[in-house]
Amino acid sequence: MLHIINKSPLERNTLDACLAVAQEGATLLLIEDAVTAASRGNAAEARLRQVQGRFKVCVLQPDLDARGLGDRLSEGITSVDYGGFVDLVANNKNCQSWL
Amino acid sequence: MKFGILINEGPYQHQAADSAYLFCKAALEKGHEIHRVFFYHDGVNNATRLTEPPLDDRNIVKRWSKLADEHKIDLVVCVAAALRRGIQEENLALGFRISGLGQLVETGIEADRTVTFGD
Amino acid sequence: MEGVVKKFMFVNRKAPYGTIYALESLEVVLISAAFDQDVSLAFLDDGVYQLKKGQQTKGIETKNFSPTYRALEGYDIEKLYVEKEALEARGLSEDDLLVDVTVLSRAEMGALMEEQDVVLSF
Repeated sequence: MLHIINKSPLERNTLDACLAVAQEGATLLLIEDAVTAASRGNAAEARLRQVQGRFKVCVLQPDLDARGLGDRLSEGITSVDYGGFVDLVANNKNCQSWL
Repeated sequence: MKFGILINEGPYQHQAADSAYLFCKAALEKGHEIHRVFFYHDGVNNATRLTEPPLDDRNIVKRWSKLADEHKIDLVVCVAAALRRGIQEENLALGFRISGLGQLVETGIEADRTVTFGD
Repeated sequence: MEGVVKKFMFVNRKAPYGTIYALESLEVVLISAAFDQDVSLAFLDDGVYQLKKGQQTKGIETKNFSPTYRALEGYDIEKLYVEKEALEARGLSEDDLLVDVTVLSRAEMGALMEEQDVVLSF
């Protein structure tokens, strides 16, 4: 299953809400303001590193680039473009947007 | 594959409409089909032809109309949400139609995947 | 489309009244009943406040839509799931809720979510 998160973890709790519910083997995609979580040095970096064995974590690169964080992608996180976003939706049985 | 799209936020205020549009464009480029884009909550504001953004900004409403025209995409605005927010037939942009919430449920049934964009 | 039954889950994570999401989500749920689908409602995080007993909205001049949750049974929508940890974090228990629900742990909720065909969140 694909979980889509679009909020900064420093502003809202959706990343943590998702991490608490998502099942092992799920894929997480960070888009919009949530991409900040995938940048080196962000307070959420350690939290995402911890779960990398359980989940595949992806980030929407154009959103990262837009926020000036294109060269700060944390290790272990997969960068995708909009085409990659489409593939993630197509290749997972269902998806939940953590609004 | 057939995708259904749900948009819950208005244009400009929130990135949801931009993300949804770029997702649709990428899906179409990959040969997928967009079964329907359903506009709900403040998302209905994507459908007003009275929108006039500055010239150097993207025109989100016209962009939807163009996409619908080029790819025969069904753009549906929820009637109850639209009436609450002053969106009516007379200010509806090209390519959009107003219909009931049943159209959203129908998309969930008929599309292979339904993706929600919102706040 | 005739005869197709999909598993629909409506995910509610927001408190009522502060925003319109809870009310408009409920409107979709009611419509979905006409399509004979396998419908579940999930209440996570602040969404559990939607089901709190004793909502008094006169003072904010807004319609109290919480009685509608009680009417869901009449539409054959009976699968209401509430996240256990969400209740606990808000000092609530099942007795505080205005309808009968199934309380699930986060892990159980996650497993149920995986089983769905369509997950709609507002």
